[in-house]
Amino acid sequence: MNPGILTVYRWELHKLRFQKRTYLGLGAAAIVPILFAIAVSVRNGHPNEVAFGRYIHQTGLAIPLVILLFGAVWMFPLITALVAGDIVASEDHNGTLKTILTRSLERGQIFGGKVLAAVTYAVVAILLNGAVAVAAGSLVSGFKPLTTLSGTKVSAPSALGLIGASLLVYLLPILALACIGLLLSTITRNSAAAVVGTLMFSLMMQLIGVLPGLGGTRPYLLSSQFDAWEGLLRQPVDWAPIGHAAWVCPLYALPALAAGYLVFLRRDVAGG
Amino acid sequence: MTAAAPLEIRGLTKVYGDIVAVDDVDLTVAEGNVYGYLGPNGAGKTTSLRMMLGLIRPTAGSVQLFGRDPQLGVRALEGVAGFVEEPRFYPYLSGRRNLELLAAFDGGGAAARIDEVLSVVELSDRAADKVRGYSHGMRQRLGIAAALVRGPRLLLLDEPTTGLDPAGMRDMRALIRRLAGGGMTVVLSSHLLGEVEELCDRVAIIRTGSVVYEGTIAELKRTATGAYRLRTTDDDRALEVCRAQPGIVDPRRSAGAIHFNAGEAAVAALSAALVEAAAAPVELTPQAASLETLFFRLTEGQDGAAAPEPVEVA
Ligand SMILES: Nc1ncnc2c1ncn2[C@@H]1O[C@H](COP(=O)(O)OP(=O)(O)OP(=O)(O)O)[C@@H](O)[C@H]1O
Ligand SMILES: [Mg+2]
Repeated sequence: MNPGILTVYRWELHKLRFQKRTYLGLGAAAIVPILFAIAVSVRNGHPNEVAFGRYIHQTGLAIPLVILLFGAVWMFPLITALVAGDIVASEDHNGTLKTILTRSLERGQIFGGKVLAAVTYAVVAILLNGAVAVAAGSLVSGFKPLTTLSGTKVSAPSALGLIGASLLVYLLPILALACIGLLLSTITRNSAAAVVGTLMFSLMMQLIGVLPGLGGTRPYLLSSQFDAWEGLLRQPVDWAPIGHAAWVCPLYALPALAAGYLVFLRRDVAGG
Repeated sequence: MTAAAPLEIRGLTKVYGDIVAVDDVDLTVAEGNVYGYLGPNGAGKTTSLRMMLGLIRPTAGSVQLFGRDPQLGVRALEGVAGFVEEPRFYPYLSGRRNLELLAAFDGGGAAARIDEVLSVVELSDRAADKVRGYSHGMRQRLGIAAALVRGPRLLLLDEPTTGLDPAGMRDMRALIRRLAGGGMTVVLSSHLLGEVEELCDRVAIIRTGSVVYEGTIAELKRTATGAYRLRTTDDDRALEVCRAQPGIVDPRRSAGAIHFNAGEAAVAALSAALVEAAAAPVELTPQAASLETLFFRLTEGQDGAAAPEPVEVA
């Protein structure tokens, strides 16, 4: 069998299984909803200022949605960056680029395999988070109908479907951030710098959005796309923000990927 | 059409800012050669090998591996393997897993060779351990294993014995000789003259990026002049013979013996002349390995370049 991008992908996943940061990220994605559910079960208060906050005692299905809203600030960007920011830089750190680039795979194939692996990890982290949040939430507040943003109620099974769809929409900005992480990982050649850089990028987007006079940029900021899924939780469904995110996110992702790819293709491998 | 040489380098140059790390290097390595790439620290050996393996872009010039340019794609590395500086692996994977990964990246029948190469480098019983816990010598051997797994016809090794203990060096050299004996072409960089002399048929000596000698070791030895010490049954006479003999440089008496500089051929002729002149040599000994003297002269030079660190001779 000729080696190709899937060979790299398979081995990147294998390597992720042996790295602490993988478990750190996935662990955080799983533990946060559990802690949140425990807090909900022992306290009577609820976060009023955030959508779905006041329903967390009525139905466990509100809990994954509240976590999506909170997580957009830094938790999910950090979890995503943890692997995306490391996946190229760790080769620099280990000095292994020279080892793998002198085999039978083109640099582009190596980069492609890494992109797929970073994306896979981000998808797994978000879906794991959603699944744990639904399970933990249902345990403490029950698997009950959910009140939508339009004030109407949907049955628990339909709400579950909407949560699944919301997670997928949420992946749009998450994957764009993963691409930014990959770019920084390739350019900085330093894992910590790339992880922090990705997080800073994400926070800066949020900052720009709240700066006076820059409100007009809001719809085009990556941070705003983290709210696009809310359209699904209206009745009738508001597809506009989702359609918007579907083209704004690639506007961040694709140039970052292309730049990372070109840098990786052309760079001198002199370290290690 | 004759088959392309395993390695052909033309005008190879790499500039880093003000430093010309590799300066217009030309060389051709023929099939089956064990080729020494000899130079002191900082001479540009690693940088040259990096360009040969396609890891960095030459500023100018070209490398051809079996007629293919590694800059144009990884296909040029077909049949070529090696490493630069210390071989590096994923520390959190076992030695065997690392080889499995690399074999998967090689494709072909590489994976089937893993057991064999592990036993060739005598790592079979440590293959299940994580590379994190490997000693330098074990990593070096795993590096050779990783290269051999590709089933190469051309092996590019950057100072493969550096940092090994004497037994490790001996084993590594024996292995390289064995591989070369099996018909593999080997390019080996080294800062150890003795090592190159022991292993290689041809050598390029480089100094601050430029080739200062290229040819066989035997030719190099012929041109080498070393210091000699001579005692004979009649030293007065012998001194006269020395002065008359071509190729004997600066004969003089000191410390109860005659000292001079000469090449090997001239020394051979001298001893015949001495016997003829009835001043039979009682002692005729080289004072410094003549090759070594030559190596220092070639690599230290007179043009104000900082003297490189002393060359170890194994
Ligand atoms: N990435 C780099 N950036 C800047 N200068 C470099 C780089 N790599 C090598 N050099 C310079 O190029 C010159 C040759 O270095 P190189 O590593 O090729 O020498 P070497 O012959 O392998 O030495 P050693 O025996 O110490 O391994 C040195 O002056 C070095 O400082
Ligand atoms: Mg070197």
